[in-house]
Amino acid sequence: MRRYFGRKLLVYALTFVVAVTVNWMIPRFMPGDPVAGMVARAGVSQPAAAEAMRAYYTNLFGLDRPLWQQYASFWGTLLRGDFGISIWLFPTPVSTVILRAVPYTLALMVPAVLLSWVAGNRLGAFAARRRLLDNTVLPLGYVLTATPYMWLAVILAWGLGVVAGWFPVAGGYSFSLQPSLTAGFLLDLLHHWVLPFLSLFLVALGGWAIGMRNMIIYELESDYASYLAALGAPARLIRRYAFRNALLPQITGLALQLGVLVAGALVTEIVFSYPGLGSLILKAIQNQDFFLLQGTFMFIVIGVLVANFVIDLVYVVVDPRTRAGMAGARG
Amino acid sequence: MSLTVTDLRVSYQTLRGEVRALDGVSFTVADGEILGLAGESGCGKTTLGKSLIRLDGRMRHAGGTVELDGRELPIGDDRAMNAFRFREVSLVPQYSMSALNPTRRIGRMVAELLRSRGETLDRAKLETRLGQVGLPREVLDRYPIELSGGMKQRVVMVVSTLLDPSLLIADEITSALDVSTQQAVARALAGFRDAGHVRSMVFITHDLALTARIADTIMVMYAGMLAEKAPAKTMVEQPRHPYTRMLVDALPEVGARHAGRRLTGIAGSPPALLDPPPGCRFRERCPLADDGCAERPPVTEVAPGHHVACWKV
Repeated sequence: MRRYFGRKLLVYALTFVVAVTVNWMIPRFMPGDPVAGMVARAGVSQPAAAEAMRAYYTNLFGLDRPLWQQYASFWGTLLRGDFGISIWLFPTPVSTVILRAVPYTLALMVPAVLLSWVAGNRLGAFAARRRLLDNTVLPLGYVLTATPYMWLAVILAWGLGVVAGWFPVAGGYSFSLQPSLTAGFLLDLLHHWVLPFLSLFLVALGGWAIGMRNMIIYELESDYASYLAALGAPARLIRRYAFRNALLPQITGLALQLGVLVAGALVTEIVFSYPGLGSLILKAIQNQDFFLLQGTFMFIVIGVLVANFVIDLVYVVVDPRTRAGMAGARG
Repeated sequence: MSLTVTDLRVSYQTLRGEVRALDGVSFTVADGEILGLAGESGCGKTTLGKSLIRLDGRMRHAGGTVELDGRELPIGDDRAMNAFRFREVSLVPQYSMSALNPTRRIGRMVAELLRSRGETLDRAKLETRLGQVGLPREVLDRYPIELSGGMKQRVVMVVSTLLDPSLLIADEITSALDVSTQQAVARALAGFRDAGHVRSMVFITHDLALTARIADTIMVMYAGMLAEKAPAKTMVEQPRHPYTRMLVDALPEVGARHAGRRLTGIAGSPPALLDPPPGCRFRERCPLADDGCAERPPVTEVAPGHHVACWKV
């Protein structure tokens, strides 16, 4: 058991190092110069003053040091939990900017991921036993899962937002409100949350339903199902076993899908101008904000790694064969 | 009479038509009798075994009746058949190694299965039965993956016979085992009969030698029909049907020297059952065949308990 998790943790640590390195490299190899942008925004016309500002900012962000030093100090500050200072929202620390956006993204992602997984599995299992349902759920599932996130988001925004007028199409809350812990604000928050959530939920739902349907049909034809049927076990018991066993690959699928879902959440947020990490990334890119971009990516990387590790743990609990495999690895 | 099968016909639905896998088979199995069912692949033995407990989706009951202890089994009606399964007719399947749900501890699976059939688990009885096949009670707390193939096989045997069924169908259960384990499994099955856990048994195998050791009666099938049925000893020593004779000749004898004699096989293969030829189905491969064999031979009793379907006996 310890060896199994030791190995897992080592893999996660390596992934983390690689991700951090890539994360550090990407903004630095992007075309453009963020400091020039800041100076231009300041609107200084005197060349000498502009040059002084330039030197000041370059030194402030440490961009005048050799690359390897920047890399080393990046690790140093990262391990202290310091992501630097945002260029776009100068002088707010990146961590503050991110922590302000994280609740929105989590409130969107966690329910969308979990609910679509649960609902998709139920729907797929149900479709596997009713022909009529199968003939409707399956094509619908294919359409949904093949839909690009932003496209479905745009359709929903147009249909339910612009045409029907039921939901607001942009923002995390109404611009006329101040964030507060009042019922009115929370309701407004929920109102703005529905459309982005729905677009994430629906796309993921289709994939899970198809996967579950196929797995259930496979499981119902397996030997243990035939044996139970030959002993006259009711279909309820056989389906219960099949559902549980069909869930195992779905759990693996969830782990694999997490990264994709995060990307989906990013585009969805951009479509709805939802103030989460996705919008933050867009802003960071538009403003050449290295530090904000790094910080956001870092947060996502950590999130995906932690989620995968949780799924590893869940797998050990639900599948006895993993545990047997660990015993084998020990011996 | 424990089991009486009369003119049973079962066919498989395929895209090219109906494959008549069982084409009018009649036989009886007495109380306490072990019937060995032998024949080469595709002769209908597994189809017969399945017909007695559960037709799969492609199979259709095309005619004939099956009677168990005086009651007719509704073999064509999957739902009605449920009342008989496990309690009256039970099965040790060909795929015993994978017959147990991999994600349930064995004890829990058995308890859930019994509860779903409205029975309560008698843990002491289950543990005694496991002991009889040489399994420790701890297997109930294990997952199937933690057991060897032979252990899983024995667990399935115990589970299948837990409700003391009248008839047990053992379908090719020794095929995947090595020779020494085959012996043990066959002996364990005979032991179940002797202990009264099952009243009678149909033991399906392609291994005539193994059948001869545990069965009381052997029935040889060919191309969906009965070829010969006789007491085990008679079948091995004095087979009458040309097919059975060739089958028995093809068996190696323990201790015999084969230097001077090559073991003979049977040339050719059984006819396709999609559109079977009229008359005796063994005609094409039979050394004794003549024009008279163009008519289907009836099953006749040539000696007490010895039935043969051949014009040449």
